[in-house]
Amino acid sequence: MHLLAIDWFLLIEKAILILLIVTVCLVTAMYATWGERKVAAIIQDRRGPNRAGPFGLFQPLADGLKLFMKEEIIPNASVKFLFVLGPGIAMVTALMTSAVIPWGGTIHIFGRDIALQIADINVGILFVFAIVSMGVYGIMIGGWASNNKFSLLAAIRGASQMISYELPMGLALISLLMVTGSVRLGVFVDQQVNGVWNVVYQPLGFFIFFICALAECNRTPFDLPEAENELNFGYHQEYSSMKLGFYLFAEYINMFISGVVMSTLYFGGYDIPFVNEAAFGDVWWIGALEFLALMAKGLIFVFIFMWIRWTIPRFRYDQLMDLGWKKLVPLALLNMLITAVVVLWRN
Amino acid sequence: MQTLTNRSKPVNRKPMTWLEKLYVWNIAKGMAVTFIHIFKRKATISYPEQKRSFSKVFRGLHILNRDEEGRERCTACGLCAVACPAEAITMEAAERQKGEEHLYREEKYAAKYEINMLRCIFCGLCEEACPKDAIYLSQTFAPANYGRAGFIYGKENLLIPNPKEDPEGFNKARGERVMS
Repeated sequence: MHLLAIDWFLLIEKAILILLIVTVCLVTAMYATWGERKVAAIIQDRRGPNRAGPFGLFQPLADGLKLFMKEEIIPNASVKFLFVLGPGIAMVTALMTSAVIPWGGTIHIFGRDIALQIADINVGILFVFAIVSMGVYGIMIGGWASNNKFSLLAAIRGASQMISYELPMGLALISLLMVTGSVRLGVFVDQQVNGVWNVVYQPLGFFIFFICALAECNRTPFDLPEAENELNFGYHQEYSSMKLGFYLFAEYINMFISGVVMSTLYFGGYDIPFVNEAAFGDVWWIGALEFLALMAKGLIFVFIFMWIRWTIPRFRYDQLMDLGWKKLVPLALLNMLITAVVVLWRN
Repeated sequence: MQTLTNRSKPVNRKPMTWLEKLYVWNIAKGMAVTFIHIFKRKATISYPEQKRSFSKVFRGLHILNRDEEGRERCTACGLCAVACPAEAITMEAAERQKGEEHLYREEKYAAKYEINMLRCIFCGLCEEACPKDAIYLSQTFAPANYGRAGFIYGKENLLIPNPKEDPEGFNKARGERVMS
């Protein structure tokens, strides 16, 4: 009997939390598509979507509806199981990363301490990396199962790009780990709430991490897997209807999540800048405010991603590889060396 | 080489330095440019709510003019059809009967007057050819239509509202163009 003594409230609490966070991610991604078009428009001196509802706010709903209503085409020559699996993997891996991110501090509600984090596992950041690396399977499987040479080429590009840019990303992260001395994401945030944001210690590391995050999300200037002029449409060329929607959607979720991860790692996570949260004591709304602070930081990153997209053209493939292997890897190694020396010297 | 103007700039073919190859500085410059554009005035005119005003000499849809007593001016002489380089105008003449003097200004009038707006090039030669000041190009343009038949405008589309019965409509249809 003792074995079955499950804390039912914990299960309910986590279930609600998972539901909330997934919903937040999906809604944010939905409105990121709207935001993308708005940002593109205002940067190009246009107005952007403004017909569907106030400020065009219903545009994502209309887009979603359109994607659902489209005919669903599965090519005859494709591997059908993998063809369907591809967008699913892309979506699931995009959403799974949100599980370990601390979305806010602990709040007291109904006599319970509820941490606004689904799972504070002790390998937090490694989990994020593992899942992000799995994101490439969505592209690879989708591109391969389509049985289209353009899709396959795009998938190969995507895979090699992701592998190349994970390396400097990991190296940049190692120097960050040297500073913090932990891989648990909660510890990262606690240290930054009580001290200085990590970006102060690791400006170069953050810079490298940011560039690699762009590449990991397949965002311009590193959107080679979907280069229209070279590969028609890239790895999702054969996809239609909501399966295509899933791929496009997963990109926006990835963008948002990587913005949140960067805020967590380098910009204090849910720390509200210039405010001492502990001074307010135990009130529930401070948790909500912390959550909003993290959202704001993540969305600022999303805006920067979009801003970059509408500023610079795509890199050529050899330039991309050059930048990854010959510039970012040495820079990251240098950063790691300097950090190691400083950490040793200070101890 | 001797240059024709002193405005040409020599192409810089120096190999990029290591810092330049990181593209950071140049990308930052580009991003500053796009950031400034966020605050610039938008070029768009939100069409159905906001309309761009036409110039005073804009040549839009035709109107068949009436005189100050509300009688049609057209006598179906056919000069506009002859002048039309696109051959867009067709008409049929008819004789004015007794009792129709308040409708038509002269003894002959156009019973049928059609302009194919898909053929028309809005050059305004019909306006220049007309000896009776009967046809003018107004300041509106043809609305979209689903079929070609809808672009053949008959008298019911072209005639200007009667200045006696509907002076407001008459002035609106006339627009800002100066007519006799």
